[in-house]
Amino acid sequence: MRREWLYAWLMLLPALVVLATFMHVPAIKTVIASFYSTPHGLRPSRFIGLANYQRMIADPVFWQAMRNNLIYAVIFVPLSMAMALVMALLVQGRIVGRAFLRMAFFTPTVLPLIAVANIWIFFYTPGFGLIAQIRDLFGLPALNLLGTGTTALYAVAAVAVWKEAGFFIIFYLAALQTIPPSLVEAAQLEGASRWQIFRRVTLPLIMPTTLFISVNAVIDAVRLIDHIFQMTNGGPNNATNLLFYYIYRVGFQFWDTSYAATLTVVMIVILSLLALGQIVLVDRRVHYK
Amino acid sequence: MKGWDWLATIGGWLLALLWVLPLAYAVWTAFHPSAYETHFNLLAPLTLENFPAAWVQAPFARYFLNTVVLVTVILAVQLVLGTFAAFAFARLKFPGKQVIFLLVLLQLMVMPDVLLVENYQTIRILGLVDSIVGIGLPYMASAFFIFLLRQTFMTIPTELDDAARIEGASLLTLIRRVYVPLAKPTYIAFGLISVSAHWNNYVWPLIITNSVNARPLTVGLSIFSAIDSGVHWSIINAATLMTSAPLLIGFLLFQRQFVQSFMRAGIK
Repeated sequence: MRREWLYAWLMLLPALVVLATFMHVPAIKTVIASFYSTPHGLRPSRFIGLANYQRMIADPVFWQAMRNNLIYAVIFVPLSMAMALVMALLVQGRIVGRAFLRMAFFTPTVLPLIAVANIWIFFYTPGFGLIAQIRDLFGLPALNLLGTGTTALYAVAAVAVWKEAGFFIIFYLAALQTIPPSLVEAAQLEGASRWQIFRRVTLPLIMPTTLFISVNAVIDAVRLIDHIFQMTNGGPNNATNLLFYYIYRVGFQFWDTSYAATLTVVMIVILSLLALGQIVLVDRRVHYK
Repeated sequence: MKGWDWLATIGGWLLALLWVLPLAYAVWTAFHPSAYETHFNLLAPLTLENFPAAWVQAPFARYFLNTVVLVTVILAVQLVLGTFAAFAFARLKFPGKQVIFLLVLLQLMVMPDVLLVENYQTIRILGLVDSIVGIGLPYMASAFFIFLLRQTFMTIPTELDDAARIEGASLLTLIRRVYVPLAKPTYIAFGLISVSAHWNNYVWPLIITNSVNARPLTVGLSIFSAIDSGVHWSIINAATLMTSAPLLIGFLLFQRQFVQSFMRAGIK
């Protein structure tokens, strides 16, 4: 018995050391750092209590980043999931040109987000990109989608949907294939319409997958910021500044590490609450586990 | 075909065409002279010149090498550490198992890249800033993989263990001869996920690298295509396609296996 303990510990040790070094310990250090000031030159870091948090509450850029992130998530999460489900249903059946459809839907997800950003900047560029040329064709005035405060956030959210929907399709496809055909046939015999079958058979059966994807999508809505670097740098005037991007800025452009730690604490709390909430909320509605 | 099928087919095709449009446009410009990047013309002459032009304008060869080394090292270590950890969680009894498993799963929420500031300090203290190991180190234990593999290992009948043990096989032999071969689909599925995730990773490598020596493709591409660099769009698009090409081609070739390995790995 004791030998089994020893083996177990030896087997776990390397993974645990990595996890502790780059997750548990830095997470705790982040919380501690949020109560201290950032060291400046000769002035060492000192305990300042909740001052960083007070500063955060008074920081309009923080609130704008939060609001932006909320809008970004509200667009990204449902839209990418709905697109993924529609696309999975499309390529699952015997549709003409299925290979092309699969390729079209999957490809964006394999591309690095930085490459995706490049492709879309070009697509969006006023006077240059395809969207501008189409607008021009219809005699519409030129519009700088990424450079206009009211449209930039939607423009970057669209890019994230385009990139990630293909990834979620894979999970939906996997789930759809596990639905026993006999259930669908039985429903058909009972005279159920396509919509009824989807609503009453398919949708409940893929509910666990929907939960799994939604957790991933929410994490993505907080983490996916690569394209912000490339497309807008958080601009114009913070219109596309998201929480994680703001943390990067504060931490690595302003080198205000304590304030960055404070913002990181908020981000970790949000991520944890969202995950917990989703699991509790959706768990009640998940049938047929 | 019934009416509904026609509708689904037409709708599906429209959606697919809309979906490939941004990429198709980038491909179109990458294969045409830069004079045509501002106006679409079906009869424009094709050219391959943009690719070598991009290749010589930045150290892409080095970026490629860095990325390949990076994803290989990360995957190799992830597989080894993950296999041992998953086996311990799936098959061994030891005190504190539940608590430790929960502590591992925390990483699903708090990924290494979320803790940018502190992890940067750690890597700096270790003297690994601007090195490939420095980029890879925080990712070398993947909670996702440990969880996935534990699930797979738990479905393997214990009779196989007993049989192997009766024949006097050690734990290591048991893992190598029984568990690893039977969990192959999980290894393949995770391998694909890991390689694409780290090939595409950007923020952390951006912070931790500051020279060509360690910079991966994503960071190299972003520097190359910075908006004000004055490089032609057709060349930027060529570079963009070039850096994504290995993954794209790999994916197109192994699409079926990719999706199937996911299904067999039980990710649903």
